[in-house]
Amino acid sequence: MNDFWIILTASLVAINSALLGSFLVLRKMSMIGDAISHAVLPGIVVAYYFSEDKASIFLLLGATLTGVLTSLIIDFLSKKAKIQGDASIGITYTLLFAVGMIMISGWMQGNVDIDLDCVLYGDIALVNMDKVIVDGNLYVGPRAFYIEFLGFAIIGFCLWIGFKGFKLLSFNEDYARSLGIATGRWHYFLMGLVSLTTVVSFEVVGAVLVVGFLIIPAATAQLMTDKLKPMLLYACGFGILAVIIGYFTAVYFDVSITGSMVSVSTLIFLAITVLKRRKRQTKALLKSSTDLRG
Amino acid sequence: MKSSIEVHNLTTAYGGAPVLWDIDFQLPTGQIIGIIGPNGSGKTTLLKTIMGLLDPASGFVKVFDQPLDKVREKVAYVPQRESVDWDFPASVYDVVMMGRYRKYNLFKRTKDPDREIVLQSIEKVGLSEFKDRQISRLSGGQQQRVFVARALAQGADLYLMDEPFVGVDAATENSILNLLSEMKNEGKTVVIIHHDLQTVSDYFDYLLLLNTRLIARGTPAEVLTKENLTNAYGGQLTLLSKVVNLIKQNEFPIREKDSDV
Repeated sequence: MNDFWIILTASLVAINSALLGSFLVLRKMSMIGDAISHAVLPGIVVAYYFSEDKASIFLLLGATLTGVLTSLIIDFLSKKAKIQGDASIGITYTLLFAVGMIMISGWMQGNVDIDLDCVLYGDIALVNMDKVIVDGNLYVGPRAFYIEFLGFAIIGFCLWIGFKGFKLLSFNEDYARSLGIATGRWHYFLMGLVSLTTVVSFEVVGAVLVVGFLIIPAATAQLMTDKLKPMLLYACGFGILAVIIGYFTAVYFDVSITGSMVSVSTLIFLAITVLKRRKRQTKALLKSSTDLRG
Repeated sequence: MKSSIEVHNLTTAYGGAPVLWDIDFQLPTGQIIGIIGPNGSGKTTLLKTIMGLLDPASGFVKVFDQPLDKVREKVAYVPQRESVDWDFPASVYDVVMMGRYRKYNLFKRTKDPDREIVLQSIEKVGLSEFKDRQISRLSGGQQQRVFVARALAQGADLYLMDEPFVGVDAATENSILNLLSEMKNEGKTVVIIHHDLQTVSDYFDYLLLLNTRLIARGTPAEVLTKENLTNAYGGQLTLLSKVVNLIKQNEFPIREKDSDV
């Protein structure tokens, strides 16, 4: 039963991440995902400080806003201060992450029930410790599952109603603006959702490896299809596959579960890349041989 | 005379250096208008400033005698083909459908009349048999036609096209030229950034000659004088500077692309 809940919770992490990661990959903004996942740390700490209950909406909201703030600072540095895009990303998220570390180790020590290891690496094996029990004794699953499910509901709904907007933003931002569409708002809307994903996922998979969940399945899916909706579905599928295979591999070899999931995800990506190459070569070979005969 | 685009004292700068300097003009309606000038003369910047994609340092733009926001429905923009990633997972139909997206219908479902208009636009550029094809599997000219079809789907009165004839095959060039005369007959105004001086007098009714400043405007006969061309292109028309330009392009191939984005 423990296995079941861990896989189910991690699968939700994979789905949330894959959906938003697909848009990050298409917009060539993978590193923004990385930046946001680290930069939400001070937001998480502050939210913990003000709220006793770890699952409070306040925590989710506060930390999510930090992610939006991150992308605001990045845009300010690159557009107004004219610093190169990747440098402004590097400056912003390391600064915010450092502030978060100081908060945890310094003046908040003792006041906040949070430790850096948990934020960085997550504790997927321990998700079952924090149980949701109704009617006194009925166990209905780990708390992390419900937080993740809430995240899924919000993200799924936003992507569903905003699908056209996100598609247009990802393909041709200038054109969207020429239609009078407020692309800035759509951009921060997307960044807010990415931020939400990392916030609801950090306890499970950690701030470092959530990026793997965001980017790798989406990049794999892009190899498989040339339509947007199937790409989102493929990305979710690859994410879940990596979760399941990764989990049992980790249990078998007794190694880090999250590490194993991300590694499996990368192996799937490599396998698909090689298969695609071979398929293309075979096609080219067939074509040249028919050309010769013709 | 009713003007399609009116630009007053327009200056646009990247960083510190002005790319457009004190530009002033009015353009007629119902004509095919060409914007010409050497590389880096601010042609794309002018189009982007008119479309509100860049903020001018000073001056203002009016479209059909009104601020752009009031008449957006009547204006369609065709960006440079290289400005997007054609590996994006979308079909010809998907991209042309974006021409029907509006601020107020983004959250709504697509309606039947929209589908009809999209199919007609694809037909007009002769891509009907490719409508379900992924856009990376098209030739450069076909991709350009997808962009033109997307603008047609907007059903606008004024079309701003950034280099639609660059790197296209003869079929695409003819197809776009036919469309242009058709659009002109319907009273539409089309503004096109163009590179090839050889063809300007055949393609356009009206010309803007640009090199940071506005050098000349008027009919091709008025604009294409030796004096104007020397003012705009300077020594660039001589062989020597052509060679210098080639060397420059080879030295900074990536920068060259970036500066237009």
